[in-house]
Amino acid sequence: MTRILDFDILRHNPRDAASVPRLQRYRLAETSGMTLFIALTRIREELDPGVHFDFVCRAAVCGSCAMLINGRPGLACRTLTATLPAHIRLLPLPGFALIADLSVDTGRWMRVMSERLHAWLHVATAVDLDALETRMDPDRAEAVYELDRCIECGCCVAACGTAQMRPDFVGAVGMIKLARFRLDPRDARDDGDFFDLLGDDDGVFGCMSLLGCQDVCPKSLSLQTQIAHLRWAMARRGLAKAGADHGDGI
Amino acid sequence: MKLIHADVLVIGGGLAGLRTAIGVRRRGLEPLILSLVPAKRSHSVAAQGGMQASLGNCAMGRGDNEDAHFEDTVRGSDWGCDQVVARMFAHMAPKAARELAAWGVPWNRVRAGAHEAVINGERVVIDEHEAAQGLISARDFGGTRKWRTCHTSDGTGHAMLYALGDRAIAEAIPVRERVEALALIHDGERCHGAVARDLVSGELTAYLARATVVATGGYGRIYGVSTNALINEGMGAALALETGVARLGNMEAVQFHPTAIVPAGILVTEGCRGDGGVLRDVDGHRFMPDYEPEKKELASRDVVSRRMAEHMRPVEQGGRGKGVPSPYGEHLWLDITRLGAAHIERNLREVKDICHYFLGIDPACDYIPVRPTQHYSMGGIRTDHRGESPWLSGLFACGEAACWDLHGFNRLGGNSVAETVVAGMLLGEYVADFCHSAQGEHSLSSALARDFVAREQAYLRRLAGRPGKESAVELRRRMERIMTERVGLFRNGDGLRTAVDELGELLARSADIGVRAAHLDANPELVLAYRLPRMLKLALTVAMGALARTESRGAHFREDHPARNDRDWLVRTLARWEPGASRPTLDYEPLDVMRMELPPGFRGYGARNLVEHPDSALRQSEVDELRAAKQDRHAVQSHLMPFKHLLPPRYRRRNARLDES
Repeated sequence: MTRILDFDILRHNPRDAASVPRLQRYRLAETSGMTLFIALTRIREELDPGVHFDFVCRAAVCGSCAMLINGRPGLACRTLTATLPAHIRLLPLPGFALIADLSVDTGRWMRVMSERLHAWLHVATAVDLDALETRMDPDRAEAVYELDRCIECGCCVAACGTAQMRPDFVGAVGMIKLARFRLDPRDARDDGDFFDLLGDDDGVFGCMSLLGCQDVCPKSLSLQTQIAHLRWAMARRGLAKAGADHGDGI
Repeated sequence: MKLIHADVLVIGGGLAGLRTAIGVRRRGLEPLILSLVPAKRSHSVAAQGGMQASLGNCAMGRGDNEDAHFEDTVRGSDWGCDQVVARMFAHMAPKAARELAAWGVPWNRVRAGAHEAVINGERVVIDEHEAAQGLISARDFGGTRKWRTCHTSDGTGHAMLYALGDRAIAEAIPVRERVEALALIHDGERCHGAVARDLVSGELTAYLARATVVATGGYGRIYGVSTNALINEGMGAALALETGVARLGNMEAVQFHPTAIVPAGILVTEGCRGDGGVLRDVDGHRFMPDYEPEKKELASRDVVSRRMAEHMRPVEQGGRGKGVPSPYGEHLWLDITRLGAAHIERNLREVKDICHYFLGIDPACDYIPVRPTQHYSMGGIRTDHRGESPWLSGLFACGEAACWDLHGFNRLGGNSVAETVVAGMLLGEYVADFCHSAQGEHSLSSALARDFVAREQAYLRRLAGRPGKESAVELRRRMERIMTERVGLFRNGDGLRTAVDELGELLARSADIGVRAAHLDANPELVLAYRLPRMLKLALTVAMGALARTESRGAHFREDHPARNDRDWLVRTLARWEPGASRPTLDYEPLDVMRMELPPGFRGYGARNLVEHPDSALRQSEVDELRAAKQDRHAVQSHLMPFKHLLPPRYRRRNARLDES
């Protein structure tokens, strides 16, 4: 039997002084294979042309459509309504500036984080485009790609206890990026450099190991393992540095 | 009025735009990127299977070189491409792959020793040479004679876009996100930048620049079902069309990819077939060998798509009636079960995820429901080999938004992301040269910019809250239906005439679209209201180009004119839109057979159905004579069709290969 779905959607325009955040209800008959992308598009086309949300690829690769789906951060485009109860509450992703309704500014957040963490490959030498490329171990290349698969959707930040308390916390997204460059033999940086970027309470030592990030990552990245490994490496580096500073060696 | 100056304004933050911006930055200029979305969310991210570059490292790629890549590209284009551009591209692609390797793309690498693969449905063992260990590997793709497609699993576009996105951040290149260009600022001869709208605040800004580069991707979303991202609405091409002077090239050349899932229309990569997957019909029969005994599933995309449609079409309409019925219409099966779970987990993991989340199936055990779906725009803003519009100085375009004409009437899989970075590398230099030349001097009075901003502002004020009687959603659906049904995989004169008439009507009606919300800041209803008339203009341009072109070439197939007609149609369609006109004006630019390195010939699919160009045989004999002299391949090539002098000097050197170094 066809279900009738009730969508409670947060409506708010932060640029309008008269706007008060509220939940607005929209009702749709469920169709087979309906995703939240299909449902929200129908709501906009048939019921209310003014609802804000962000979809770009609608194929779960661009990271635009993360939102709170019945309280849990996730990608709306690949969420089938069949996996949800008939009452569906959609809220914007917390931890990011609200643009309107379900649309948040993850782009700005990610750019600021990348700039702060120097989250790009640091190339040691100029590249000769005409010569054979530098060889790379095939297993290492695949391992780097594993960590490169982050789509900057922001789910890990929304699910993070520390990020709720520390506005400058880099989140699992920041840590997985540096873990990725640390693993990459082409990156010229060493653990001393990474410690300078990540070795404080806004970095790897701010993580309380609640690991909400691991639970919600839509790409199933090994965040738990990577953060643990990074923290171990940064702690070792920090201790070595402290020892050297105090002259008592460790 | 808010005015912002930059040396180079880049509209679009995907691979082509980012690489161009990085290039001009490295030449000491100040670029500024405008993007509808955060740069890393651009549609480039969706490219899965890989990037063609003739590195020739892996065993099945040994012996590959620029000549082979060039010839595959020209044949793939059905001789519609600009061969000089194809030559420049084939020469640059290895440099682009190597640059990206140095910038962080974790390309899959060659593993020396024996490994299993599936070729033509059979398990075979391939032995990788010790000398190639750790070099960039490649997979097979359609329409190529060697394994040439470099990849990172099936997330190639993601890995490339993140490497370039990170590089742009490293070089402190500003990206204005959620900003949409609404009009190019120009005086009829020279482009000076663009008026752009902040999609959050609604504020208009005049961005003034010495050079403006449009890198906004394709126009797939004028079709009802497309593999394209939702933002690929052709607004870059529309910006050029609205100038009334710049021209669009070959807009009727629209590619349909054989394997998008049903019903969502999401692409699963050609790598599925490249890695050994096959297509099956309702009986489980592998049908492609019946039609194309040589290339089978790895024929060019246009060919496979047409064969699939033919195979599904009812018998009484001349087809085989072998489609699989479903609530969403008929489809066929893509079978990659033979590849095994381990291979899929490692090399086709996006495909696995897509199947899991959108279809609820496991492709290691289940067949994937697929059918041909709009995928790529070969047409776009017509430019010269430097990416500049010949009609509007200072306006450049690259990537899918452009028609410098690498793809002609059909693009080969893996040539799209390769084109974006190659074009970006080249435009970085050409645009910088332009800015440093006398032409690149900035000589604009702000009065012109003020006029353009005032015009756009007045238009938006008129539109917001306008009680028009037309529904933008309804008009859009009708446009999408017309394009899919009448301007799709198979076209004919009657259908196209109807399409042109109906699209013309929709365009007229779009002047009366109603917009309920009256506010000028973030307003999705307003956005659709101003984009739709532009999409309709593009749709009309595609349909009129298709109606006028009474031949079949590549992806443009006319049932009433099934032959490729080189005698009359070896020409590029040019379209412009006179201000106030209700339809575009078409004219044509001939391709010069006597300057082709690869004279027109039979492409090798189906029966030979070709009207020859009078010069083809003559040019072929010239070419044969030169080749018979047996000089080395570089010497022969430079005699036949010199191109290196057109490249920026830093990119002219030969590419090293294991076999050639």
